[in-house]
Amino acid sequence: MTVTATPTTDSQPGYKWVGTRPVRHDGLDKVTGRARYGADLNLPGMLIGAVLRSPHAHARILSIDTSAAQAMEGVKAVVTGADFPMLESGGEGSGEEYYDPRDLCRNVMARDKVLYEGHALAAVAATSRREALAALAAIEVDYDVLPHVLDVSEAMAPDAPILHDDLITEGVDPIPDEPSNVASRYVIDRGDIEKGFAEADVIVEREFVTQPVHQGYIEPHAVVADVGEDGKATVFCSSQGHFMVRSHTAELLGWEPSRVKVIPAEIGGGFGGKTTVYVEPVAARLSQKAGRPVKIVMTRDEVFRATGPTSGSKIRLKVGATRDGRLTAVEGSMAYQAGAFKGSPVSLGCMCAFAPYAIENVLLEGLDVVVNMPKVAAYRAPGAPMASFASETLLDEVAEQLGIDPLELRLRNAAEEGVRSVYGPVYKRIGFKETVEAVRDHPQYSTELGPNQGRGVASGFWFNFGGSSSATVHINEDGSASVLTGSPDIGGSRASMALMAAEELGIDVYDITPIVSDTESVGYTEVTGGSRVTHATGMAVIDACRKVVTDLRARAAKVWDVDVEEVEWVDGRAQHVSGDRAPMTTRDLAAGAAGTGGPITASAAVNARGAGVAFSTQVCDVEVDPETGAVTILRYMTAQDAGRAIHPSYVEGQMQGGVAQGIGWALNEEYIFDTGGTMENPGFLDYRMPVASDLPMIDTVIVEVPNPGHPYGVRGVGEVGIVPPMAAVANAIHDATGLRMSELPMSPVKVLEAIGANGG
Amino acid sequence: MSRTHVTCTINGDPAEFLCEEDQTLLDTLRDVVGLMGVKEGCATGDCGACSVILNGRLNCSCLVFAPEAEGATIETVEGMAGPDGLHPLQETFLEGAALQCGICTPGFLVAGKALLDRNPDPTEEEVRYAVAGNLCRCTGYDKIVRSILDAADRMGEAAPAS
Repeated sequence: MTVTATPTTDSQPGYKWVGTRPVRHDGLDKVTGRARYGADLNLPGMLIGAVLRSPHAHARILSIDTSAAQAMEGVKAVVTGADFPMLESGGEGSGEEYYDPRDLCRNVMARDKVLYEGHALAAVAATSRREALAALAAIEVDYDVLPHVLDVSEAMAPDAPILHDDLITEGVDPIPDEPSNVASRYVIDRGDIEKGFAEADVIVEREFVTQPVHQGYIEPHAVVADVGEDGKATVFCSSQGHFMVRSHTAELLGWEPSRVKVIPAEIGGGFGGKTTVYVEPVAARLSQKAGRPVKIVMTRDEVFRATGPTSGSKIRLKVGATRDGRLTAVEGSMAYQAGAFKGSPVSLGCMCAFAPYAIENVLLEGLDVVVNMPKVAAYRAPGAPMASFASETLLDEVAEQLGIDPLELRLRNAAEEGVRSVYGPVYKRIGFKETVEAVRDHPQYSTELGPNQGRGVASGFWFNFGGSSSATVHINEDGSASVLTGSPDIGGSRASMALMAAEELGIDVYDITPIVSDTESVGYTEVTGGSRVTHATGMAVIDACRKVVTDLRARAAKVWDVDVEEVEWVDGRAQHVSGDRAPMTTRDLAAGAAGTGGPITASAAVNARGAGVAFSTQVCDVEVDPETGAVTILRYMTAQDAGRAIHPSYVEGQMQGGVAQGIGWALNEEYIFDTGGTMENPGFLDYRMPVASDLPMIDTVIVEVPNPGHPYGVRGVGEVGIVPPMAAVANAIHDATGLRMSELPMSPVKVLEAIGANGG
Repeated sequence: MSRTHVTCTINGDPAEFLCEEDQTLLDTLRDVVGLMGVKEGCATGDCGACSVILNGRLNCSCLVFAPEAEGATIETVEGMAGPDGLHPLQETFLEGAALQCGICTPGFLVAGKALLDRNPDPTEEEVRYAVAGNLCRCTGYDKIVRSILDAADRMGEAAPAS
């Protein structure tokens, strides 16, 4: 096949490559089966590791006897919590980078207590999976089973089982004397809430309940760890950040980070769920003890039972508005399940729920509540989707009561440049209004609906992050370029890096080889998360390319024996301002590099601070079957401000993917526990994610309001798309049936119940 | 444990391998034959990442015991491209950005080929149902469905008029 780029129809004004849609550089490997994911490496002498997991939701570990397992044929190493250092609190950071070493080390391997069904408490490495599983069965654990709690309200009750005897609620005054399951209380308190509601002509208030949902990446967590005779570990695994894996693995083993080298596998989806470690430190310790490489691949059941879903929640919100549709006040409380350790994204939920709007009077409380289920992990715009399900449903109710079109209500209250956001900062140039207008002007918004059909709209906000990234650019002998970064490519970011490098260097995008380098070959880089890669890692690439161009100009000046200021870089060529010298290409300059200073290469690193916030507005058309309660998505359209779409196809892909996950969250997905706290649906048959026949095409409109904090105007695009769907679907169901759905998922059973309760 | 000797055809070539009697075809293809393009997403037949065409029919290789492959013909993603280049599905998946993380892609390509082998001109709905056994968590299926339809068009144009 000839791989061709088409830098014609939609390249951006002023750009040659940015905005075009070349075939991604890693694509060929991924359509031929050659790409190596986490489970695709086998080494000579490699052992298979397996993890013993708690059958109880909450229990004290009285004893673990591994002697029988250790004595079994083929078993080469056994570890328990005793094989890992006990770490103490001292976490820093926030959002998707947040972790507390105390909790992380106990989550990876339980110590005195198991805190959820599926909690790891021992592991073995053996010569085959069969032997490893037999050894797990031979480990004897004596448990003192304790009462467990899953519901946030029950977990906050005075007589609730306490998960952590040392957990004292943060953010309340006075500091409590007794431990509880409330890890922290977060508050946004602005303006005068009583005055705000006094000004309101209409007040709506409602309670909402959502269940935990899993990121649902198709590739289970997988690792091969090989600790050599020098004590150094080489770890091959898929993750959203191999530097994160290095630092966490080293910390959990009591090592310096430099003792661990992490080689990034291709990653088979993450959505935030692979921004922490589970089996990586375990495989490394097993390998160290056995003196052989150890591979651990989770089963799907383990992924559901032991890795981060996102929080279920209980949310109460109250919104006031004037007759002409001006929002005067919002008040409410959100309680999110953190899982077994603190750190739900509830504060982010509070910040995001009303972020698209200019509202003066705000009082929102967020409670982070530990319960006996897996510790939650980041999931695409963590915390925002459930909060926006609540807030955007209420706005629909306000619009309905006032008789105002729901998009018009949003436009009347839309935040814009200069407005102080609900969560604090003053917005720079933003594109929220433009997303609302894009939906209003889209043909779907005026398509006629039939019987039992309805239309709903909703908007959403996500911050996007910047952070630390590194890049190195080499000009090869033939004038092509290699672009090395430390950002795992989870959805086409190699192509974005190559496009930006092509734009800067002025060479063909296919003459760029974008590479995701290991932890010893490129500078530190934060995780692929927070919609940060194209923005922050892209800035590092741009900076490195600009250094290379500066160098290339200097070398041409040297060859021509002129001042460097007389050399311009145009379309991948050095030109003399006089025009009387033959231009030199990267190939010419690379060929002569030995005589002008040696190889041509440059690195750059950034801690990007200028992330641009993202907004999405979506419209959903549904049909509700009154006999079964089943909801069919008829049409769906999403408009999102990308700032600048570097590779529009992958921007659309992020928008569509977020919507599909949101529709799953809206209609089907939930963790179901039995009375003992055991997850009843830890597989794709019963944890029902959308399949192709569940969905229509998902139309996209990319809005481009450039982010002033990026050279090309890039905003993150990965996350905000999942924020509006739940409310968009709920509002569409209301339009079709007159029913306000306040619990997720809106499964046929729940919809049918609501129809019945409504006398239907 | 004694092993079972299996003789079969994989991607057009004669092949033989040893397997344990309760080993899945998926595990054998990956760990014995070395075809790592066959992916494991669930091992319970729910995600389609391990899709292969077994004796002309689409199958989850995790639901087949390896000894059942005796005498069978097996097609995997590794056999789709030939000396003349990529299969049209592979081309349209690349051009249509039908993959993000790519872990489900081999399964979708195999499922798409199984569809087009028996129905060269499917409707959108037929495509959606033909790949309903394959989970993709990244794309929302839009670009996958379009790419399969585009491949059908491309193959139809290339085929001699009947």
